[in-house]
Amino acid sequence: MSKKWHTALKGRHTIAACSVLILFFFAVAIFAPWIAPHDPVKVDLAHKLDGPSAQHWLGTDHLGRDNLSRLIYGARVSLGFAFVIFLSSLVLGILIGALSGYVGGWLDNLIMRVCEGIMAFPNLVLVLGIVGIFGPGLMQVLLALLMVQWVYYARICRNMVISLKERPFIAAARVSGSSSWQIIRRHIIPNVQRPIVVIATLEMGWAIMDISALSFLGLGIQPPNAEWGAMIHEGTSHIRSHPELMIYPGILILIVVITFNIVGEALSERYGVAKR
Amino acid sequence: MIRYVGKRMLAIVPIVFIATLVTFALIHISPVDPAEAYLTAAHIYPTPELLEQKRREFGLDRPLIEQYVDTLGRIARLDFGSSYLTNRPVWDEVKARLPATAELAVSSILFSVLVSVPLGVLAAVYRRGWVDLLTRAIAYFGASIPQFWLGYLLMFFFAVKLDLLPVEGRGDWRNLVLPTITLSFVLIALYTRMLRTAMSEQLDETYVRYARTRGLRERSVVLKHALKVAIMPLITSMGMNMGRLLTGTIIVEQVFSWPGFGRYFVEAIFNRDIPVIQCYVFLAACLFIVCNLIVDLIQMYMDPRILTEGRANT
Repeated sequence: MSKKWHTALKGRHTIAACSVLILFFFAVAIFAPWIAPHDPVKVDLAHKLDGPSAQHWLGTDHLGRDNLSRLIYGARVSLGFAFVIFLSSLVLGILIGALSGYVGGWLDNLIMRVCEGIMAFPNLVLVLGIVGIFGPGLMQVLLALLMVQWVYYARICRNMVISLKERPFIAAARVSGSSSWQIIRRHIIPNVQRPIVVIATLEMGWAIMDISALSFLGLGIQPPNAEWGAMIHEGTSHIRSHPELMIYPGILILIVVITFNIVGEALSERYGVAKR
Repeated sequence: MIRYVGKRMLAIVPIVFIATLVTFALIHISPVDPAEAYLTAAHIYPTPELLEQKRREFGLDRPLIEQYVDTLGRIARLDFGSSYLTNRPVWDEVKARLPATAELAVSSILFSVLVSVPLGVLAAVYRRGWVDLLTRAIAYFGASIPQFWLGYLLMFFFAVKLDLLPVEGRGDWRNLVLPTITLSFVLIALYTRMLRTAMSEQLDETYVRYARTRGLRERSVVLKHALKVAIMPLITSMGMNMGRLLTGTIIVEQVFSWPGFGRYFVEAIFNRDIPVIQCYVFLAACLFIVCNLIVDLIQMYMDPRILTEGRANT
């Protein structure tokens, strides 16, 4: 039975099913203003900490705000910002990594030393240090995560480029007069796609967790805005009377991150790429 | 062997150097003037004269190189300056909080090893059995569950609902249980799967078949022969995951109001207490570097092949 599970978790159907789920979450995030039944920041003290009702499907929080709407809007922050971080660090990492590997020499040396320097710190510690210096806020968190995350893409990209550089088809392109930039764009980037896709899926999960952890510490999104990590933090004040306030957002984080991880794992198995 | 150890020690120097550089750079990329941050944290109204005076006191008017050399000298003497908030030396404050964090970290390392070694071995021996399935489930959950949420879930079930354990704070061993489980969960998830993979590989090796043919008991084949080799990646991974453990303590200390260094660090972030932030970031990097060194040395001790690498083939 477990064999069946094992193969089922790795197969094409898993990737498809998980992708559909991820798309669903993204759709919810994008269309939040149209889906959410209530205003997520509207305070209604007369109905605070209400249980589920026809009006508030998942009840209300300590300020009478609609839980379901806050969860829906929270998806925007969690997924949206994770996506922005992923995309920007991907672009930055690929560009720097490709440049480093392609040009080589002292530039490559310098960039790789910088990468090692950044990787000498535990990820979240450096992020917290940067946020500590720039002050709390979502933009600062974004910047800090970007400053740390690009390194991983840059290193993979650089190594791929170095191993590709000597291959005949690159040499042929160079001989036929393509510029460095054209070679990077036409021949190298398409070839590094697979490992990047795998890292990216796994990285999305990490980014969502990091953002929620920082928000939980009070450093990410600032109240009254909704974000899953921040909602868990708010919910913990009512852990004795209304534990569901902190349970709902946690379940959502868990589902989203697990989905990304399963896809990442399945893809890495399919493509035969080692994870970092 | 001494040459190898020496080489590894030397390789640390540039990395520590980069760490000091990053620590130093933290202040200078900040949009906030440290003098202003100091006065705000100390609740003093910042007049231009006071700001000027503080700036001179911090040496901010001197050239960058000079400031950096000065910082290097002070770090070497473990002088991280005084906290903006309490005006006491940062190192003293940190020293008072380190034991609490160390207690948490050590108990988590022990707990994660105690759980993951038997689980990993059982999963490899009874491949596709229920233990294997369980470790797979733990692996997926461990990688995907937010640590703070897990902490609150455990707190809710065991402290609030069942009232078995204290909710928060530091005290006797009962206070240690929930934070330790929370902190180790992600490590257990990782180590178990890792050991399972390494064990499965080793059990298929010829030396294991040979040991079995010699008529050794299965138990000693698994535990003495295969485990000895399979545990190597685990040790490496323990060193590499020091960072995860460290960031874990920040979160877990926050959840369980554990009076450690991580909590102090988060407070410092809110107060813009720059010396404390610098100190934490630098020490974290050092810990990371030292752990990697220790892992390398352990590996060298357990696997002498590393020393002869390259030489054996020539």
